[in-house]
Order: sequence, then C-alpha cells, then structure tokens
Amino acid sequence: MEDLHYLILKKERFHDFVRSVSEVGKLVAPVPKGFNNFAFEAVTSAGEIALRYIPTILPLKKFFMPQRETLLEFSTGRKGVVNAVVECEPVTIFGAHTCDLAGIQCLNMVFSERPRDQNYLTRKNQIALIGLECNEYCDQYANCHLVNASFPGGGYDIFFTDLGEFFIVHVKTQAGDMIVGAAGTFEKADSSHINELKKMRTQKRKIFNNEVPVDSRQIPEMFDRSFRARVWKELDERCLACGNCTNVCPTCYCFDIRDELDLSLKHGIRYRVWDSCQLEPFARVAGGMNFRKERAARQRHRYYRKFRYPVDRFARFFCTGCGRCTRTCMADISLKETLNELIKESEDRVWKKWL
Amino acid sequence: MEKVVIKDSAYRLRKAKILHTKKLTANEKFFEIALADGELLDHEPGQFVMISLLGIGEVPISVSSSPTKRESFDICVRAVGKVTRSLHKLKAGSEIGIRGPYGQGFPIQILEGNDLLIVAGGLGIAPLRSLIKYVIDNRRDFGKIHILLGCKEPKELLFSDELDEWNSRADLYYACTVDRADPDWAGNVGLITTLIPGVDLDPQRTFAAVVGPPVMYNFVIKELLAKGIPERQILLSFERNMKCGNGKCGRCQIQNLYVCQNGPVFNYERIKNLSEAF
Ligand SMILES: Cc1cc2nc3c(=O)[nH]c(=O)nc-3n(C[C@H](O)[C@H](O)[C@H](O)COP(=O)(O)OP(=O)(O)OC[C@H]3O[C@@H](n4cnc5c(N)ncnc54)[C@H](O)[C@@H]3O)c2cc1C
Ligand code: SF4
Ligand code: SF4
Ligand code: FES
Repeated sequence: MEDLHYLILKKERFHDFVRSVSEVGKLVAPVPKGFNNFAFEAVTSAGEIALRYIPTILPLKKFFMPQRETLLEFSTGRKGVVNAVVECEPVTIFGAHTCDLAGIQCLNMVFSERPRDQNYLTRKNQIALIGLECNEYCDQYANCHLVNASFPGGGYDIFFTDLGEFFIVHVKTQAGDMIVGAAGTFEKADSSHINELKKMRTQKRKIFNNEVPVDSRQIPEMFDRSFRARVWKELDERCLACGNCTNVCPTCYCFDIRDELDLSLKHGIRYRVWDSCQLEPFARVAGGMNFRKERAARQRHRYYRKFRYPVDRFARFFCTGCGRCTRTCMADISLKETLNELIKESEDRVWKKWL
Repeated sequence: MEKVVIKDSAYRLRKAKILHTKKLTANEKFFEIALADGELLDHEPGQFVMISLLGIGEVPISVSSSPTKRESFDICVRAVGKVTRSLHKLKAGSEIGIRGPYGQGFPIQILEGNDLLIVAGGLGIAPLRSLIKYVIDNRRDFGKIHILLGCKEPKELLFSDELDEWNSRADLYYACTVDRADPDWAGNVGLITTLIPGVDLDPQRTFAAVVGPPVMYNFVIKELLAKGIPERQILLSFERNMKCGNGKCGRCQIQNLYVCQNGPVFNYERIKNLSEAF
C-alpha cells in the first residue's frame, strides 16, 4: 500500500464534498428506488445517496454506452450531408462498487480495440469515476470474488472505503486530484488510518471466498469440456428469452444499428441500441437460417461470452460477479447454480474416465 | 447534452455513386460503383463493404470485382428485405454510402503458385467472381484453375455472359449444373457435389474456395475431403447477420470468432470443430 496517495474524508464533511462536486457539474450516485432496488441517478446532496446498496438495476454502462445513441446525423437530397456525432456531457460518478468498475474495464478493452469506437471513448473521457468499497457481500447472488472483482483493481479516479467515522480515499489519477483539490474537504491520512484499512481488508478476506466450489483458473478448461453439457438443455426449457439478463449485465455490449427519418423525410439519424443474443432473431441470416435457434444455444452463448471467449481475447472473465442477471431473471435462472451444475457435470465426466 | 462531431468515427461513410446497374435475374441486380473524389476502394478478393442507404439502413455486401479493376467496383445484390429492395430501385447516378472494405478475403499470397478449385453455389458467385477475375488477370501466377458453378434453375444463373467466356477459355476448367433443368437447358443436372468427383486435380497443391448457402457446405466439404484436399486448403466464406462490421456488435459471432474480422473467409481446419459454423 502506497501511503502517499491516501487521504481521509471525515463523515461529517461528506455533505460538503457532495455539494461541492455537484456544484461543478453533474454528479451521479446510487439512490434508493424502493423494494431494495437502487439506480444511478443525478444527485445534489448527500442525503439522496445510498452508501450501502446492492447493485443498481442498470449498471454503469448506461453512461458509457447509452441504451440508444446517435452515430450519424444526416440530411438527404441534393445537398445532403452526413456527420458522425457523439452526444456526451461531463459526469462524475460516485459510489461505483468494485464489480461495476471491473465492468467498465471490460468495456474499455472492447471499445479500445481497433477500429477504436470513438463514441464510447469520447464519452469515457468525460466521465470521472469514484469507487466505493463493499466491506461485506451485498447479497447471496454475488460471485465477485470468483472473478477477481471483490477488491479494488483499478479502473477508478478516486476510491472510497468506509471505515465508520471516516472514508479512507485513494486518489489514482489527475482527474481524481482535481476533484479532491477543488472540494478541499480532505485531510492527509496517517499510519493509523492506513492500519485501519489494512485491518478491514484482512477481515474482508475472511468473508469473501470463492462462491462456487472451483478454482477460477480451472474455469476456461471446464468450459472447454461443457459445450454439450446437460445444463444447457435444462436452461432451454426454463429461459423465456426476454433478454433481461443481458440488458442488466455490465459487460454485455451487443447492439443493433437502425436508421430513423424525421417527419419531413429530409433529416434523419443512424443510431445504435442495446441488443441481446437471447432474442430469437439475433443470429438469423437473410436466407432465414438461424445459427442459434434453440434457447439452449443462446444461453450457452451468453455463458461462453462471460467465461470462455474473452479469456482468449482479453485475458479476463467478462463476468464481474454483480449478480444482476440472477436477480432479474423471471425464470429464476441463477448464474451460480449454472456454474455449480457445470462443475458437477464436469466432475462426473472426469470420474467416468477412471471407472 | 453536448453534441460533438467526430472525424475518425468507425461509422463514418464514404460517399459513392452508382455508375451503372444491370438486372441479372428476377431477384439479383448488378451495380457498378465509384467512390466520390476518385478514391480507390483497395480491397482484396473476398472482402465485403457495408452499403448504406441513409434513412433505410446498412447491409454487408461482398465486392464482386477484382482489385485489378481500379477506378470502380462491382456488387451483386439479391433483393430479400428492406435495404436490398430499396437498393434495387436505385438507378445510375444515385448516391450511396460505403464503409470498408472489411474482413479477411482469400489469402492471395498463399494461393499464388497453386491450383485452385472454385465452388460457387447460387449467390456465392458474387464474392468468388472477385477471385476468379483476379486470377484471370494474373493468370500466370496460378496453376490449374477449376470453376464449378451450381444453382437451382437455369433462370437463376448469374453473370451468364461472363460464364460463356470462362467456358470458352482453354486455361480454365469450367463446369456448371442446375438442380432442376428447363426445356432449353443442355448442361448438367444435379447438385453441385456431383461435379466434384469428375475434376482432375492434384489434391496436395489444390486450394478449394467454396461459397454458397449454409446447407451446401457440409456436402461439398465431404466431397473435397474425399478427393484428398487437405483441410487447411479448403477455404469457406460465411454469411452472418452483421451490424457494425468491426467486431463490436456481436451479431456475426461464431463461438469465439467474429465473421466480420476473422472472416468472412476461413480455412476449414480452423473452424471444423465449431458447431455454430455449420
Ligand atoms: C460478408 C457478407 C457478404 C454478403 N454478400 C452479399 C452479396 O454479395 N450479395 C447479396 O445480395 N447479399 C450479400 N450478403 C447478404 C446481405 O447482407 C443480406 O441479404 C442483407 O443484409 C439483407 O438486408 P435487408 O435489409 O435487405 O433485409 P432484411 O430486411 O434485414 O431482411 C432479410 C431477410 O430476413 C428476414 N427477416 C428479417 N427480419 C425478420 C423478422 N423480424 N422476422 C422474420 N424474418 C425476418 C426476411 O424474411 C428477409 O428475407 C452478404 C452478407 C455477408 C455477411
Ligand atoms: S433473464 Fe432469464 S428468462 Fe430472460 S433471457 Fe435471461 S435467462 Fe432467459
Ligand atoms: S453475467 Fe451476471 S453476474 Fe456476471 S457480470 Fe453479467 S449480470 Fe453480473
Ligand atoms: S458485424 Fe458486428 S461484430 Fe461482426
């Protein structure tokens, strides 16, 4: 732990901090929406913010890659012009849990790959991220430890850890420095503060344990053996193909591109909207053939896009363990249960080899 | 919310003009297209472009001409839906938008010096025409060339005038078949697979380039393997739904591969174990 970069914010000054940040620009933070639901929304005072919250209904991707965003603006006719555009505004996001920071790291990798996606990257440059540590599990659906997202692993400008009387604050970037400097509510951390943080992390390591009985390094290999697993067939019968699990996932980024003309038929836009591999037409081609006709194949594709394919392409899982897919599924399909099934089936197969 | 114009967006369009159109069959139309400002498309045989009609949409279409034809390029489009039907209504002089070329085409550098067996089913001739024309224009760089063509009925044959030329060349082996003949048809009748056993080829130095409807692949591959052509030397081009053309939207994925970036041309060895490929 590099002591130099740690500050503290006393709890009684948190209000001042929130006010000062929100006065400079748009500040977004988790707010309670009733029935134990939370959402990232614009706030202006500390009272609106939920410091303890389970993952929000929609993840942070909605700020980086809005549900619907314009890519081109055009006018038709003789003097027609086409412009590639991006709609963006500076935003500071407070309270991102480590799983959601990991989700943004995944998207960063995807959209930085060539050809770079300037819509995403332009917007990203205008967003400051302030993380907030989970000292305990949010609920039983999370599997953040399994995918290495339960402790801070970068992806933030500033990171807050709640230690009761005060937050200990890690400043990582220049953007972070500017926010901290402008707020003027922070003090230097001393060794006693750092020790408290270390104590909390030690305690946390006892609470956060692999949520499914497998060494995460074995997961890619397990998926290599599981393409024809029984569990996909079971999901086929249960899944309603609603696409909720992909909409709420912080690392799902598939999209459709569509055109729209205004009423004059002279101006229009080309925009992209979130799409889902769980919907039937997703993999259908013009000839009418569908390469993932069965729900089993589509569910399998979702899991392979979380636990197998990105391991080769980006050297990480594209699951952050946030648990949103499980929490939202109308058919009670649970990510942890599916992984457990795969582990069981995989072990069965290994056993059979020896018998 | 601020709106910023971005210069280097991957979705930016290149302006292009339709120079010439020609109806090929009831459903397919040929277009010759030039980029505005005389820019070169600079594609490789087997690559595709995204064709944009503003306000209607954007679709991936193979380039049908050889890169040796420089000032303009060709496409051949089957009218199946919104964008392709609207495209069919356009006449010479109309403006369209182009993105690309995209994807991995046929590996020309590897093919040079070898024999080629080209197998085209139906609209599969559209991308293969770019390869055939390239090979004809650089004929001495290649060994023996066999072209096999198949479609459902004689009236669906594409580029029929060019087919006669290929047929009459002494430096090409050419055969054509239809599933169902009509009274005027004097040629072969039967599936395209029936043409393969009769081709006199040296399998070790032959590369097969196969493009056609999804159902064709399994049967054709079986015949090619029976001929003794190594798996690595069988090249297939796949069609998938595509929206971005640059490896992001997820539409074109075959397991861990993206057809728009890793393909559309793949060698059989690389994809033979991917069950989502066939
Ligand atoms: C690499 C590549 C190269 C290609 N090259 C060529 C080429 O050279 N020439 C060519 O003609 N084509 C080519 N294609 C295919 C071409 O891209 C498609 O035919 C085209 O995208 C169809 O677009 P559309 O808007 O006209 O049709 P769409 O409106 O998208 O409809 C296409 C078909 O899908 C069906 N469909 C669409 N939506 C639905 C729905 N909701 N329910 C039921 N059915 C539906 C329709 O029946 C229709 O027949 C290529 C494709 C790829 C990927
Ligand atoms: S949320 Fe559940 S029911 Fe809906 S598509 Fe996902 S797995 Fe299927
Ligand atoms: S797969 Fe489920 S648990 Fe994993 S990141 Fe997506 S929504 Fe969260
Ligand atoms: S077309 Fe979008 S990923 Fe291939």
